[in-house]
Amino acid sequence: MNLFGYQTWSEASRRDLKLAALVLVLLAAVIGRFPDYAAPRNLAGVLDDTAILIMLALGQMLVILVRGVDLSMAANLALCGMLAALFNRAFPGAGVLTVLMMTLFAGGLLGAFNGLLVWKLRLPPIVVTLGTMSVYRGVIFLLSKGAWVNENEMSRDFLEFTRTQFFGLTTLAWGAILLAALFIVALRFSRAARNLYAAGGNPEAAAYSGVDPGRMQFLAYVVAGAIAGVCGYLWVARFAVAYTDIALGFELQVIAACLIGGVAISGGVGSALGVFIGCLFLGIIRSSLPLVGISAFWQMFINGVVILVAVLLSARPRLGTRTILEAPRA
Amino acid sequence: MPAPLLRLTDVRKAFGGVRALAGVNLELHRGSVTALIGENGAGKSTLVKILSGVHPPDSGAIELDGASTRIDTPVAARDLGIGVVHQECLVFDHLDVAENLFINAHPRRGAFVDWRGMRARASAVLRELGADFTAGTLVGTLSIAQKHVVQIARALVNESRVLILDEPTASLSRRECAELFRIARQLRDRGCALLFISHRFDEIFELADRYAVFRDGSSVGEGELAGTDRDRLIRLMVGRPVEQLFPKQQADPGEPILRVEKLGRAGEFEDISFSLRRGEILGIYGLVGAGRTELAQVLFGARRADRGRVSGAADIALVPEDRQGQGSILPFSIAANIALPNLEALAPRGWTSTRAENELAKQWIGALGIKAQGPEQPVQSLSGGNQQKVVLAKWLARKPQVLILDEPTKGIDVGAKAAVHAVTSEFACAGNGVILISSELPEILGMSDRVLVMRRGRLRAEFTRHEATSENLLRAASDA
Repeated sequence: MNLFGYQTWSEASRRDLKLAALVLVLLAAVIGRFPDYAAPRNLAGVLDDTAILIMLALGQMLVILVRGVDLSMAANLALCGMLAALFNRAFPGAGVLTVLMMTLFAGGLLGAFNGLLVWKLRLPPIVVTLGTMSVYRGVIFLLSKGAWVNENEMSRDFLEFTRTQFFGLTTLAWGAILLAALFIVALRFSRAARNLYAAGGNPEAAAYSGVDPGRMQFLAYVVAGAIAGVCGYLWVARFAVAYTDIALGFELQVIAACLIGGVAISGGVGSALGVFIGCLFLGIIRSSLPLVGISAFWQMFINGVVILVAVLLSARPRLGTRTILEAPRA
Repeated sequence: MPAPLLRLTDVRKAFGGVRALAGVNLELHRGSVTALIGENGAGKSTLVKILSGVHPPDSGAIELDGASTRIDTPVAARDLGIGVVHQECLVFDHLDVAENLFINAHPRRGAFVDWRGMRARASAVLRELGADFTAGTLVGTLSIAQKHVVQIARALVNESRVLILDEPTASLSRRECAELFRIARQLRDRGCALLFISHRFDEIFELADRYAVFRDGSSVGEGELAGTDRDRLIRLMVGRPVEQLFPKQQADPGEPILRVEKLGRAGEFEDISFSLRRGEILGIYGLVGAGRTELAQVLFGARRADRGRVSGAADIALVPEDRQGQGSILPFSIAANIALPNLEALAPRGWTSTRAENELAKQWIGALGIKAQGPEQPVQSLSGGNQQKVVLAKWLARKPQVLILDEPTKGIDVGAKAAVHAVTSEFACAGNGVILISSELPEILGMSDRVLVMRRGRLRAEFTRHEATSENLLRAASDA
C-alpha cells in the first residue's frame, strides 16, 4: 500500500519515486561541486524562488487532469497582481488578509470565465485560454494605463508578508508546502477529486456514472484561477513591482513543471507529489546553472530537453501506447 | 465453372486467444456477386479486415487469379486490386470528392500533384457511375448513400477487380439501395468479383448470384443462390440447437416495474411501448443499427426522448455496450471503478475511505468471481470478461431495481459469459427487472422470459419464452 499517486497506485508512486531520486542525484551533483549550495539558507532560498511555480503548477495540474490546459494563468496572475497593487495604493491600511481574499476571489472569477466557456460553450480549452490570456493582459493595461506601481507606492505589511520567516522558511515557501500537502491529501481522499480523475480518464464513462465532465472542468478552472489570483499578489509583493508584463510566458514553465512531474497531457493521470517534485527539479536547475557558469539562455534549452526526456520516460509503460496520445479505439 | 478470381482456403485468425476465424473457405468469381451471410460474431468483419490488409491471417492460403498471394497492408490490398466499401463510410469529410478518390495515389506531374488531371479523371469515373454529384463537392456535404458511391468510385480509380461491400445498405433508403445496386451490377458486368455482406435476405436475393455462410468463424455452406431459399439459409446460419449453457432460473414475473409508452427519438426509434415486470428478463433482439442501444440510453437517462414517457422504477442502471469506452475508467483500480457511481454512499461527507472501497470491491470480486490480484489492480490489466464483471459490479452495488444490459457478453470467454448470465438471473429472481439487449440468438433465447424484436427503430414482434425460436426471431429482425 502506498500513500501517494492515485489510480494505478504502484505505477504512479514508482514514477514519483524515480523523479525524486533524480532530483536527489541532481542535488548531490550540484552540492558535490559547490558545497555552499547545501547551506540551509541557500536551500530555503531555492524553495522560496520555486514556491510560486509550485502553487501555479498544482492549479494547472487540475486543469490538465480534466483534459484541459490553462494558458491564461500567468495573465490572470499579472491582472490580479495589478489589482492588488492598485488596491493597496488606494487603501494602504486595508490589511493583507483583505488583499488575499480579494485576489482569491478575482482570480477565481477569471478562472470561472475560462471554465464557463469550456463547459457551456464547449470551446476547446487551448483556444479559450489563448484568447483570455491576451484579454486579461489587455485589461491590466487598461487598469494601469501602462504605468508601473513601484515599491514606494506599496505599504510595508503588503511587502513584508511574503518575506516573513517561520522556522527558517518564508511565508511563500510555507504556502507552497502547505498547498502541496493539501493537494496530496485531497486528491487522494476526496470525492470531488475522484470525480475529477474519472472525468479526465474517460469522460464518457464518467458521464454514464453520473459525473458531469464539463462541470469538473469548470471547477478545475476556478481553482486554478483562484490560485493564480493569490499568486498575483505574492508575485507583486515579492518583486515589489507591478506592471503589464509581469510573469510574461510563465504559463509555459508551469505546464512544463506539470509534464515533468508526470501529469499526462491527455488527462486523467498525475499526482500532486509528482508535480511538487517536478517543480523542485526545475527550481534546482534554475538556481544552479549560474553557479556552473552556464548562461541563463541555456536554461530554456535544458528545460526543453528535460521535458522531452520526462515525457518519453513516463509515457512508455501504459497500455503499450503513450499517454500523450489518446489510446486508439480497437 | 471457370477458376475463381479470389480463393481463400482454411483461413484462420485469433485475437489474443479468442478465435475469430476457425478455418473459412471463400471463392469469388469474375462477373458475379457473392453474398456473405452469418450472425453477428460469425467472423464476417474479420474476413473483411483480412481481405483489406488490416489484419494478416494466422494461417491459410489466399489465391488471386490462381497465384498464391499475401495481403499484408492496406496498400498491398489496393495494389492487388481489392477495394472495400466500408459500412462506416471511411471517407475524408473535409476534402472534396476528387481528393478522396485519389488519397495516397495523387497523379503527379513532375514533383507536384496534377490537380487538373486528377479532377478530370475523377469526373470521368463519376460520370461512368452516373453519380449525382461532382468531383468538386465537399464530401462532408454528401449523404451516406453518396459516400458509399465515393468509396466505390475510389475502388474504380484503383482499378479494383475485387470489391467488398460491407453492409452498405444498413442505413440507406429503398431508393438509395436501388441506386447502389445499379452501380454494383454495372461493376459486376465489367467483370468485377463482388462480395456483398448484408443481413437482409430480400436484398441478397435481389443482387447476389452466389452465397457463402459463416457460423462461429467457420464456413458452413456455399453455392448458387438459385435453387435455395431463405429458410435454408437461416437454418445454415443458426445451425445449432440453443446451447444449454444458460443458468436461467425459473421466474414468476410480478407486477410491472417499468412502463414505456410511445417512446420516440427522431432518426433513432419510434413508437416504442412495453412494460417490464418484477422478476422478468426481457430480451430485445435486433440487428446492429436497429435502434436498441439508443433506446437503452434513453431509458437510462443518458439521452432524452423526443416523445413518449417512461414511468415506474426510479433507479435504472445501464451496463453499456462499449465497456472500455463507456463502462469503466481503465486506469482506475477495480475498487475505484466500483466506487465511482456509489460515492454518495461510500463518502457521504466528501472524503473517501480506501478501506470501505476495498471492502466493497472484495465483496464483489468474490460474488462475481473476478479474477484479479486484489481490489487495487487497475482495470486495464484485466481480461475482457473480468472488465465486464467489474462494470456489472459497479452498477449492482447501487442496488438498482432495473438493470439494462447492452450486449453484455460481446467478445468475452465462455466462463465469464456463464458468470454474467448467472448473476443476471439471480438479480431478476430477487424481484428486479432486467432488459437484455443482445445480437446473440442463443443468449436471447436462453435468458429471456419474453423477447421483443426491433427493426429499423420500431418494435416488430413479441414472443414468449416458449414461442421464441432462432428462426422466427431472425425472420422478424431481418424482413423488410
